[in-house]
Amino acid sequence: MPKRLDILVCSGAACISNDSTTIKNKLQAVLKENNLEEEVAIVETGCMGPCELGPVMLVYPDGVFYIRLKEKDIEEIVKEHVIKGRPVKRLQWTTPEARKIVEERKQIPFFEKQMKIVLSNCGKIDPENIEEYIAVGGYEALAKVLTTMTPEQVIEEMINSGLRGRGGAGFPTGLKWKATRDADGDEKYIVCNGDEGDPGAFMDRAILEGDPHTVIEGMAIAAYAVGAKQGYVYVRAEYPLAVKRLDKAIQQARKYGVLGKNIFETGFDFDIDIRIGAGAFVCGEETALIASIEGKRGQPRPKPPFPAQKGLWGKPTVINNVETFANVRHIILNGSKWFASIGTEKSKGTKVFALSGKVENTGLVEVPMGISIKDLVFEIGGGIPGGKEFKAVQVGGPSGGCVPAEYMDTPIDYESLKKLGTIMGSGGVIVLDEDTCMVNLAKFFLDFTQEESCGQCVPCRIGLKHLFDILDRITKGQGRMEDLETLEKLGEEIRRTSLCGLGQSAPNPVLSTLRYFKDEYIEHIKDKKCRAGVCQFETVKEKETIEEKLKGII
Amino acid sequence: MTREEVLNKYGKSKDNLLYILHDIQDSNPRHYLTEEDLKEVAKWLELPYSYVHGVATFYSMFSLKPRGKYIIRVCESPTCHLMGASNIIIELVKSLGVGIGETTKDEIFTLELTSCIGVCGVAPAMMINSEVYGNLTSEKIAQIIDEKRRESK
Repeated sequence: MPKRLDILVCSGAACISNDSTTIKNKLQAVLKENNLEEEVAIVETGCMGPCELGPVMLVYPDGVFYIRLKEKDIEEIVKEHVIKGRPVKRLQWTTPEARKIVEERKQIPFFEKQMKIVLSNCGKIDPENIEEYIAVGGYEALAKVLTTMTPEQVIEEMINSGLRGRGGAGFPTGLKWKATRDADGDEKYIVCNGDEGDPGAFMDRAILEGDPHTVIEGMAIAAYAVGAKQGYVYVRAEYPLAVKRLDKAIQQARKYGVLGKNIFETGFDFDIDIRIGAGAFVCGEETALIASIEGKRGQPRPKPPFPAQKGLWGKPTVINNVETFANVRHIILNGSKWFASIGTEKSKGTKVFALSGKVENTGLVEVPMGISIKDLVFEIGGGIPGGKEFKAVQVGGPSGGCVPAEYMDTPIDYESLKKLGTIMGSGGVIVLDEDTCMVNLAKFFLDFTQEESCGQCVPCRIGLKHLFDILDRITKGQGRMEDLETLEKLGEEIRRTSLCGLGQSAPNPVLSTLRYFKDEYIEHIKDKKCRAGVCQFETVKEKETIEEKLKGII
Repeated sequence: MTREEVLNKYGKSKDNLLYILHDIQDSNPRHYLTEEDLKEVAKWLELPYSYVHGVATFYSMFSLKPRGKYIIRVCESPTCHLMGASNIIIELVKSLGVGIGETTKDEIFTLELTSCIGVCGVAPAMMINSEVYGNLTSEKIAQIIDEKRRESK
């Protein structure tokens, strides 16, 4: 029976961390007390996007968006809004500039400027119920390819769409599929890379938690296109909720016959298993991830051969990231022309960005490729809190670099970012304000990558440690001018000679901050001054890690 | 689950090694893998002990020493760092009286650091076992620790 009201309670990991479960339980209880269970449906959805406003709740069909809910607010919402039809203004989202009360979700700039394709179901459907996914057109794309298209046509469509890998390098997805299809061998595999390790990126978690079926469907379509019968989703152990929801989705998909044998009675067989990581950043690199699925240490190997030729268990393998697979069904349903009409000449479609750091509206946003950094930070992100000055954005996590404020009109696409010395990466955007020390930030990233280096090749294992040591010295006021040249030379060398993507991109945070913020480095060295006030210039004889510092407290 | 039950559940396929280690570790109330565990797993999968040991020490989530009932993992990713994770760590070190990687005397808490847990929108954040806590402040930490202490009694 259709209900009078649908109350969508966000149950993404960020809202759960802000106690959304208590909110949901309370809502359930209050509705029951008032005998409203028959009239009002509670739907637990995936991430709605504006994480820092959590726990959030959306009431349909009214389109009222409640934020920062507390358990005690629920009674009022039920009494006033649900029973009397008067939305509680006090709890609705107000824009930070005008504090004007907005009634409709679409009037909120945070949503207005977005274009949701990949995230279209996140925050709208119950991810644990396959019927809700089917109701919004789920598995139609799979039915379409299985019954009306040849594998070659599917690949052609993917190539024409211009979709590029959303995990970092931006390799054209259709070509990857074609190479796998063309590779010799009967046994082929589909692997979904859900090892979202880039700090500051959390879109894959949100997709897996909020719309797991869309990933399953994308993988099944890929399997049909390349001739694979088995797929694996590799998820980080840090994402237990994503694992749980995906597992449930796979079981439901099997029950409904969209995974398993003879799908849609077309003779096509495909199934998916989940593999869980155990805390190793390098496993996001595709060859390391494959090793980890095989039950080995997650160490990368040199390429070529690429996974399309020799992947999982030495067989041809398509390996794409979560967001990439989430695009597939939309391309099949709406056509490659439609997809190619969104974005820029070489970067098609939308991209999900994870906004975090010193910005008003943190959370997930999906925008057409080519949007400017300015629009992303100021229009959607709502600008910098506390009247502070915008300094830079850090894009692409530890493999990326910083783009300073003067380039904020740059369109965000693969090529433009590369020109500025950073990469799209997985789409983590950390906003930095005047209180951020760029030298310290570079040091922080290097600390991370040197820690996460798998230790196989010398440039990465030893080179990164050296870069870190130099940066550490500079932030303690013991830097020398010749250090700057060493940083540049060594960084370039590591970039050129490392075995895998981790080492090859790890110097980026240093090289890009050196490129745009050299004066800050010089200040640290010559004047022993940190303009952001982050670095402490006490005389420290030896390297003092955070652990050692903390030991002193005990 | 006992170790034997875990081994029987997964069979002899070598690619299940990570799953097996996860399950054995999760079944241990002290959340760790013993030397005997590793030896038995190696025997079961017909792998050298050094191989299993190598895998267990490669991944940061496996521990070869006993840990507390609750493993607190504070996110130390750049976003959390920018939003004040170091204060959170100091707060935890003070209130638990242990350093990073150490377990409290009452065997309730182990304090660890983790790479990004993907809730950057509510930084600084941490996980306790598989629960996520965001928008951390000193007061919130004190409240959470108190709650967990009470629960474990």
